[in-house]
Amino acid sequence: MTNIINYISSAAIPVIIIIIIGYGLKEKVKVFDIFLDGAKEGIEIVFRMIPTLIGIFLAVGALRYSGIIDMIVNLITPITNLLELPSQIMPLALLRPISGSASMAIAVDIMKNYGVDTLTGIITSTIMGSTETTFYTIAIYTSCVGIKKTRGILLAALAADVAGMIASTIICRILS
Amino acid sequence: MLNILWPIFIILSFIYALISGKTNQINEGIFTSISDAIQLSITFLGTICLWNGIMEIAKKTSLIKKMTKILKPIINFLFPELRKNEKIKQEISMNMIANILGLGNASTPLGIKAMKSMQKENFKKDVLTDSMMMFIVINTASIQLIPTNVIAIRTSLNSQNPTEIIIPVWIATIIAACVGVLMTKILIKKVK
Repeated sequence: MTNIINYISSAAIPVIIIIIIGYGLKEKVKVFDIFLDGAKEGIEIVFRMIPTLIGIFLAVGALRYSGIIDMIVNLITPITNLLELPSQIMPLALLRPISGSASMAIAVDIMKNYGVDTLTGIITSTIMGSTETTFYTIAIYTSCVGIKKTRGILLAALAADVAGMIASTIICRILS
Repeated sequence: MLNILWPIFIILSFIYALISGKTNQINEGIFTSISDAIQLSITFLGTICLWNGIMEIAKKTSLIKKMTKILKPIINFLFPELRKNEKIKQEISMNMIANILGLGNASTPLGIKAMKSMQKENFKKDVLTDSMMMFIVINTASIQLIPTNVIAIRTSLNSQNPTEIIIPVWIATIIAACVGVLMTKILIKKVK
């Protein structure tokens, strides 16, 4: 079972690339030229991201090396043990809905400290991949139409985040 | 949000380090962190360029139309109010496809367009409609075919198997999305 899942996971990228390029060829699109256009845009995206990343990594690095993160992890371990969540991922769980770049920095920090391919590292990756910056998304979509009364949408979105995080933990435990 | 969190994180950490005598570690640590940020950006550069290029090809083919067709029943289920409004449904499905393909840059402007169209049909201009609530929840659920950012992070940290998280991510996303949709359906009934 685990083997099959690993195989599908690793086959997903090549299969998707084959389908997309295959479609492009079938419909006589100039695939390489268009690829270059897209890739060029990618450079811009990353360069615009660098200042934010540096700022956030600075803050998260300060939290880590001052020992605050370890202190928080120790404090919440009794609670997370009850939920069977690894307490090391709790800083990520708390920051994930608030800030995309901060949670990315925390995720890198966790995986550097506890290993990328360990259970903690894999749960961290799965949480990062399966949840979104909820507060930011809600803020953008309500402010663009000037709506203040949101009928508790934050509650539904956060419930989805929590479900995603718990699901990530359980799935990774089963598969490892 | 970050204008508040960022200074709090930094000031608290530095004070804590001064008190607990970890000044050496923190001096060294912040510079290590900054070079981590740059290393990550460099790995990102490769991954993001690759996917942006591939997805640009997808945009130019009829794959988008095919996906719109597949999404149709799902959209009709999620947005019963909009059953007759083909234009808004089209905008919503473009936003969802951009999300699925991981075109972050394209999905937000498309989503804002859909929100504006829904606002035109909204009778109470300061309250979210049922469809708007559902639309926002779908957007916070991060339904993505390839979690490119995570794969880039894993690659930059020398993972033995950076892509092994794809299936777990799919399952977790679907569960999160289902919970979000269910909660929203309940809220729609309860909170008028």
